[in-house]
Amino acid sequence: MKYAYYPGCSLESSAKEYDLSIRACCGLAGVDLVEIPDWVCCGASSAHATSHLLSIALPAKALVQTEAMGLHQVIAPCVACLTRLKVASMEMDEDEKLKSNVEKVLETPYQGNVKVRNILDVFLNDVGLDRVKMAVEKPLKGLKVACYYGCLLTRPPHIAQFDDVENPHSMDDLMRAVGAETVDWSFKTDCCGVSMSLAETDVALDLTNKVLEGAKDAGADCVAVACPLCQSNLDLRQKDIGNKFGAFYDLPVLYFSQLMGLAFGATTRDVGLEKVIVNPFPALGAI
Amino acid sequence: MKAAIKGDVSFFAKEIEAACGQDVLTCYQCRKCTMGCPMAFKMKVKVNEMMRAVQLGRKEDVLAGDTMWWCVSCETCATRCPQGIEIVEVMDVLREMAIKGEYYIPVESMKSFHEVFLNSVRSYGRLYEMGFAMDLNLALLDPLKDAGLGPVMFSKGKLKLLPHKVKNLESVKKIFENVKKIEELQE
Ligand code: SF4
Ligand code: SF4
Repeated sequence: MKYAYYPGCSLESSAKEYDLSIRACCGLAGVDLVEIPDWVCCGASSAHATSHLLSIALPAKALVQTEAMGLHQVIAPCVACLTRLKVASMEMDEDEKLKSNVEKVLETPYQGNVKVRNILDVFLNDVGLDRVKMAVEKPLKGLKVACYYGCLLTRPPHIAQFDDVENPHSMDDLMRAVGAETVDWSFKTDCCGVSMSLAETDVALDLTNKVLEGAKDAGADCVAVACPLCQSNLDLRQKDIGNKFGAFYDLPVLYFSQLMGLAFGATTRDVGLEKVIVNPFPALGAI
Repeated sequence: MKAAIKGDVSFFAKEIEAACGQDVLTCYQCRKCTMGCPMAFKMKVKVNEMMRAVQLGRKEDVLAGDTMWWCVSCETCATRCPQGIEIVEVMDVLREMAIKGEYYIPVESMKSFHEVFLNSVRSYGRLYEMGFAMDLNLALLDPLKDAGLGPVMFSKGKLKLLPHKVKNLESVKKIFENVKKIEELQE
C-alpha cells in the first residue's frame, strides 16, 4: 500500500505529533507513505474566502505532484487540507474550463486520476479493522475516549463522502479496535470555532467550551481528534476557558493516531505524547 | 398595503448563481440553516434572513452585512438544507464580492486574518505559523495578544522560530501572479 503523503503546514510545527504518530502507525501497519517533495500550502480557508481560482490552484499543485510521482492516491491527514484537495480534484473533474485555467496557473498539465484519501478511511478500509486489531500489542484497556469529528471530516457530505454525517462512528470503531472504550456524546460534529480562535478569540471560546464540557460530562478521560486545528484549539485554549467560564477541564486532547500508535507498541516519544499541552500521562497512566 | 418591490428583483440571486451555481431562489425559509448555525448568536442578520434578502435583491444590505463574516464555514447549514443549497459557497461569493466592492467589513479582524494568512503563503510557500500569529496581532493592533501561548508552544517544540521556505518559491509566486492575470482577463 503506497500513497503520496501531503503533511500540510500544521503538521510541520504546531501539530508535529500528528505527523510523528501517523508515520509511526503507518509504519507499524504496513502503509507506505512517500512525502510529496517541496509541497506547497493548500491555502486553507483563506484562499477559499478570497479567490476561487487560487483556492483550487494551490491544492491542485499537490495533485499534480502526486501524478508526477507516479502515484494515484494522496493522503492528507489535516482535515482542512483534505477538504481543499478533495474540492480541487472534484471541481476540476466536473469543470473543464476550471481545469484548463488551473493548468495555466500551474503551467503543468493534470491528467486527473488522483484520489484524495482520508487517513481514517485508509485505516478502516485499506488496512481494515481486522489487521488493525492484529497489530495491537498494548490494548488501551479501560481508557474512555470521546471521539470528536468536528466539521470537515463528514461535512459537506458530497465532498467528504465519509461516514454518517450527523452521527459518525469511524473513529469510535478504530478506538474500540485498539481496546479503548468510547463514550456516547452529543458534540461529535459540533464546530469548535477554531477559525475564529486567533482573530476573535472570545467568540471562539464559547464554541470550544461547549465541546469540552460535553466530553467531560460524558465521562471521557480524553478527547480523540483527527484534525490539527481542532486539536490545537481544544488543547491550547483550556486555560483561557478556565479564566472565562471558571471551568478547568484538564482534559487531554490527543490525535487518534497517538492512541493507536501507543496500542501498536510505539513509544510515547514515537507518537510525540510530550508535545500535547494538557498533560496526558495521568489519563494514560494505567496503559 | 402598497407593494414595496418593483421590477425583477432576482438579479442578485442570478449573479450569485452565475458565480457559484447555487440557486438561492429555491430557499423556502424553513430556517434549518439558522437553527444549526453555531455562529447565529453573533450574526445580526441570520443565515435564512440573508438568503431572503438575496431573493429580494437587497444587494447593498447583504454585502454590507455581517453574516458571511461570522460564518466559520462549518458546513452544518449546507448539510441540513432541504433544498440542497451549498450555503457556504454562497458565503464565499459574498465575501469575494464585499472585498472587491470595497464594502465596509463589520468583522474587520476576519478580513485581516485572511490577508495575513495569504501573505505568509505568498512569501514562503507554506504557512509560517508564528510569523502569521505575530503579523495578525499587528494587523489587529494588539501585538501582545496570546503572547502567553508562545512560550508554552515553544517549550513543547511546537513553534518554529524560522519559516520553512519551499525551495521552488518562484513556482509559488507564479501561482499567485497567474491567478491574478487570469482573473483580470475574466473581468
Ligand atoms: S435551510 Fe435552506 S431552504 Fe431552509 S431557510 Fe436555510 S437556505 Fe432556506
Ligand atoms: S457554515 Fe457558516 S452559516 Fe453555515 S452553519 Fe456554519 S457558521 Fe453558520
